[in-house]
Amino acid sequence: MKAVLLGGTSGMGRALARQLSARGDAVFLLGNEPAELERSAADLSARHPGGAAVGHAPCDLEQPAGFAAALDAADAALGQFDTVIVTAALFASQADLERNHELARRLVTVNYAHTLVFCEHVRERLLARGGGRLTVFSSVAGDRGRKPVGIYGSSKAGLSVYLEALDHKYHADGLSVLCVKPGFVKTGMTAGLKPPPFAGEPEQVARDVLRAMDRRRPLLYTPGMWALVMLVIRLLPRFVMRKIGF
Amino acid sequence: MEIQRDLPARLGSFRRTVLRCPCLYMIAKTSVPSETAQLESAPAPVSASAPASAASVLSGWGRLPAPGKELQSERLESVTRGAALCRGLGRSYGDSSLPAQPSDKVVSTVLADRLLAFDAEAGVLRAEAGLSLAEVNRLVTPQGWFPPVTPGTKFVTLGGMVASDVHGKNHHRAGCFGAHVRSLRLRLADDSIIDCSPQQHADLFWASVGGMGLLGHILEVEFQLEPIASPWIWQESERIGNIDEFLSAFAGTASQWPMTMGWIDCVSGGSALGRGILIAGRWATPEEAKPSFPAEPRKLTFPFPLPRWSPNPFTNLAHAFNVAYYYKHIPRQRRGIVSPETFFYPLDAILHWNRVYGSQGFTQFQCVLPRAAGAVAVREFMVEVTRLGGASPVCVIKDCGPEGQGLLSFPLEGTSIAIDMAVTSDTQRIVDRLNDFVIAAGGRIYLTKDRFTRAEHFRAMEPRLPRFLAAREQWDPGRKLRSAQSVRLFGDRA
Repeated sequence: MKAVLLGGTSGMGRALARQLSARGDAVFLLGNEPAELERSAADLSARHPGGAAVGHAPCDLEQPAGFAAALDAADAALGQFDTVIVTAALFASQADLERNHELARRLVTVNYAHTLVFCEHVRERLLARGGGRLTVFSSVAGDRGRKPVGIYGSSKAGLSVYLEALDHKYHADGLSVLCVKPGFVKTGMTAGLKPPPFAGEPEQVARDVLRAMDRRRPLLYTPGMWALVMLVIRLLPRFVMRKIGF
Repeated sequence: MEIQRDLPARLGSFRRTVLRCPCLYMIAKTSVPSETAQLESAPAPVSASAPASAASVLSGWGRLPAPGKELQSERLESVTRGAALCRGLGRSYGDSSLPAQPSDKVVSTVLADRLLAFDAEAGVLRAEAGLSLAEVNRLVTPQGWFPPVTPGTKFVTLGGMVASDVHGKNHHRAGCFGAHVRSLRLRLADDSIIDCSPQQHADLFWASVGGMGLLGHILEVEFQLEPIASPWIWQESERIGNIDEFLSAFAGTASQWPMTMGWIDCVSGGSALGRGILIAGRWATPEEAKPSFPAEPRKLTFPFPLPRWSPNPFTNLAHAFNVAYYYKHIPRQRRGIVSPETFFYPLDAILHWNRVYGSQGFTQFQCVLPRAAGAVAVREFMVEVTRLGGASPVCVIKDCGPEGQGLLSFPLEGTSIAIDMAVTSDTQRIVDRLNDFVIAAGGRIYLTKDRFTRAEHFRAMEPRLPRFLAAREQWDPGRKLRSAQSVRLFGDRA
């Protein structure tokens, strides 16, 4: 596998990058912080002395004009990538998003519109070379309109629908699209909260994602228990959702 | 957070609404965990957002809690700005990693776990301070390297190993971990970042080695690994009848073996006082080693804090354990190949083993008695422990080599003894008495294990303390970096 990771310097992306390079896949990192990219590339190279150096290039989801150049750099380094994984996104609390309209606009633009544009660039390239894998981290928050994650969730809902359509339309052409919906995962972002019973570790999520990619699955809830939890949430009638706080 | 806070109330009304319908009730119950989940199900943010604040109670390995919260972030360099204390995996037993004030900014380093450079030819590794020793071992052992010094658990971070200047079974040969550190990157109290090494800012370097994280927040550690002939250990162990035999056996073994330690039955008295098992080891030669690579050991988890139900069950338990452990070693001598896991980290096989001491927590008293005080001191110490009733299922003894250069580094040439004690109303008195003894013998205690030592006792046993405080005065005159322990022992403002 020749994989490009957007957001591979931290959290679940970091765990995925490590597992990919541990099993011998070529990895190229994209992100918006040069210093972080450099350190993560050094980490991956140092873990496998004698392996190929891990390349990186700047790519900011807020700057769609730079997407093509970033993917060119990845292509040049990997010799045509066949896999792209997007874990990057913006996150903010519902309270902050309701207070700050500009932040809401930014978040929804990055998580939905710009991520979609990035995926379109990838789609074109992968289809032109006969197919490949596109894995994008959406969220369980996009499964249902809910009070605490209304705005963030709506950006992920749009993304999930787009990814599903992409899978329907291009699966036959060899493009394997995987929409990942992580539940509670213990990362830097969730560090302040008491983990619920089926909280996942980034390493476990990364293992699940790699398995789903290898099996060319279109949709993954991870940790697996979240498939059941979200099934229940999706089935709750509206009058219940109005009443409860989640 | 707000959602979490008022959740119980909302849930209450929700339950009342749906209780009449059993299937809806089930749904309500099932979906409870999800409302926290939604909050943070997002992948990593593109731009650095403020790291989340953690639970409101922190505790060390001894499970005695203190109010406070830790910030966790992958970006250690930025998150340490303005911080009072850094904290790794929380394996120090006492209050070294606990905040002086609940409002102090405490940074958890565990997500800063990147290797920055690894020279597989020279065995030099540079990494972020939150990288765990377990991960270091996993990564470098297949390459023919191993950390030059390892403590009795692998669930520690590199930053913590420097701050505690940890020692291991090879202390009489290799010294402490700090002796193998080539360079540190620190964030100082004035928020500047500085590199130090034995050559560059040596005073800062040696104050930081064993300095309990009070000189600067350790961001990066570069250290020299040890080449190993195979990934297996040749171990020999011997049953020893009493403490005098133990010390002379140590003296004989130390010259021949790079790694030694002893387990002592500190419940039995009389002529059996200090009986135990002496364990010696070295890296196996390729001929001795098994052809396979040591397998990842299976992990058990101690499920819950053991209740302290009967009047003094702990002493009985400790006694039974000690007798059983001693007689399990049926042949007087044993030898053979073991995995490094078994040799270095026997207790790591049971995750959360500290729960065996119950919800009141426990402490470890570890001291080193100088060689000059002789075997008499060690024997008297054992008598004193037994007399005070500090029954311990785990009592570890080790002969230490010469004192290192770290200003507050624990070991000195002599005998180190570590005993575990469940915390009771009597613990302070026992620790005070043992400290009186240690001071009289010219020894000292290990800060990483300590929660009960009094400031005046520590001053009395630590002639190097003024030099350490002077270094702090130079690099952190406002004593911005502080811990609950530094308040207790060094008089930092609370």
